[in-house]
Amino acid sequence: MLFWTMVKAAFQSLVAHKLRSFLAMLGIIIGVGAVISMLALGAGARQQVMTRISAMGTNLLIVRPMQRGMHGVTSGIQQTLSLDDVRAVLDRVGGIGLAVPVVRGSCQVKYMNRNTRTSVIGSGVPYLAVRNFEIDRGRNFTELETERVARVAVIGSGTARDLFGEGEPLEQTIKINGINFRVIGILKSKGDQGYFNADDQVIIPYLTAMKQIFGLTYIHEIDIQAADAADLSRVQEDMAGVLRRRHRTQDGAPNDFDVRNQADIIEAASNVSQTFTLLLGGIASISLLVGGIGIMNIMLVTVTERTREIGIRKAIGAKDRDILSQFLVEAILMSGFGGMLGVAAGIGAAQAIPLIPAFSTFVTVIEIPNIILAISFAAGVGIFFGFYPAQRAAQLNPIDALRYE
Amino acid sequence: MIQAEELHKTYTLGGETIRALDGVSLRIGRGELVAVTGPSGSGKSTLMHILGCLDTPDSGRYLLEDKDVSRLSKNRLAEIRNRRIGFVFQIFNLLPRMSALENVELPLLYSGVREAKERAKIALATVGLGDRMRHEPNQLSGGQRQRVAIARAIVTDPAIILADEPTGNLDTKTGDEILTLFGHLCSEGRTILVVTHEPDVAQRCQRAIHMRDGRVVESGQGII
Repeated sequence: MLFWTMVKAAFQSLVAHKLRSFLAMLGIIIGVGAVISMLALGAGARQQVMTRISAMGTNLLIVRPMQRGMHGVTSGIQQTLSLDDVRAVLDRVGGIGLAVPVVRGSCQVKYMNRNTRTSVIGSGVPYLAVRNFEIDRGRNFTELETERVARVAVIGSGTARDLFGEGEPLEQTIKINGINFRVIGILKSKGDQGYFNADDQVIIPYLTAMKQIFGLTYIHEIDIQAADAADLSRVQEDMAGVLRRRHRTQDGAPNDFDVRNQADIIEAASNVSQTFTLLLGGIASISLLVGGIGIMNIMLVTVTERTREIGIRKAIGAKDRDILSQFLVEAILMSGFGGMLGVAAGIGAAQAIPLIPAFSTFVTVIEIPNIILAISFAAGVGIFFGFYPAQRAAQLNPIDALRYE
Repeated sequence: MIQAEELHKTYTLGGETIRALDGVSLRIGRGELVAVTGPSGSGKSTLMHILGCLDTPDSGRYLLEDKDVSRLSKNRLAEIRNRRIGFVFQIFNLLPRMSALENVELPLLYSGVREAKERAKIALATVGLGDRMRHEPNQLSGGQRQRVAIARAIVTDPAIILADEPTGNLDTKTGDEILTLFGHLCSEGRTILVVTHEPDVAQRCQRAIHMRDGRVVESGQGII
């Protein structure tokens, strides 16, 4: 039988039982909707991470002590990086634009009767440039203030709001872990960037941080901005060489530090978000399978109901494969159409999720390949779960079928 | 047109072996209107199934238009049903959600014929329903439905039309009209086999084949 005739006949069948067809499709609609919105969440999370990493700058290298322990479960901070390391790297590695030491910790910061717990970073004057932070009002601290262990602070816009409300923070005195600091600058807002809020931080000179707040003789991190992005790997290698020599690392022994450039970070983040997306999508796919079972269920009922009709068709000359095709097309129409409705539902849900107050920080991104994937999967579900009922219909004996009450 | 030689067919039903056809032979020529009569259990349904290529005999030969169709595959039988055989049932067996025209053209769609709609219209005109083409079965009377079924049976220009109690669900007057229509069709060269247990119907046919216990008992003109 001509293909379009079959499609038209299948369509007429489905329309004749609108409610039943819709209920059968509902599983697919929900399944596809869930898959689409979950994939959108995953894509959004990946996009957020990528934006944040890109905002860090492509010339950025971050050196940290090598962590002991497995896959992120660390056993104590290693104390292998020092201020002298920073000076040595600056002196001996060519192609470095800026290099700063970094120490960080979480502290209680108070103003009058308001307080907040926030990230406190001790670093050098170039830190703002290296990390692409900009001053909104006031100024950054100076080299002199750094040398003199001055108690001055640059605060993020979020912290400013937490401590001062609508008031002016400049020249006010805040307490960091009980020690007075003068606010000399406020950063421009950069927005929440996933697990790190750039507006919620306080930046002070590193010597002040090391001596008066954290009591450290080593540093947590060295941030380096290479002069030329193309030169990045060479700088990375040279730097590793300098640090190995300084730390007296034997040939063949692993580094006691870890250098990351933006590409590494992007790759790691990409892997994480990919796993995240797969997980979300995988869970949502289970509901799609359930939808397929719904289709199979309804098709079995339909086939039984239309036993006499199948007998008539066979009597007038329909072959087994004509009957098989007819019911398979019905199943695919249901799952395909359900898939399209599911895509619409999924897109709607993806738009709606960030509107819910609890999820306002979530970003969702609709990607066309995901839509094509979801619809194909839905059609596949239709073929797979529609096959058994269609097969049963095709194998009916026409004589028995014609006698069916 | 049709030649059956020593057809045998046996069923097993609930542990019992039933000899539905026990050596049936017959010959039907072109343009004949033949009744097949007999009590229930006589094998007339089984005979119709085999002559209609819905089933194959266990032994014996069945020649349809000089071709042996006794041992064909399911698919080949379906092709023959489609092109060479037309069925008319007691309960009409039209597809409910399709118009008369769509019902009648259906066999042609299964064989991929291009001018299906045109041929269906002609068939409907032949049975006198040219003005009811777009109606669905539930908008037609019993007699009209049977006419649509007959149009469907003739639309493929088959070698033989098999009618199983075609007037069983119709009142006497309408049944009469249907039998008259059969007469017209036969005079135009069609061959029709009517399975019935009603003597009045058998009398309207040129010939009657009487069956009992799987065998042809009598065969002749107007035998009840």
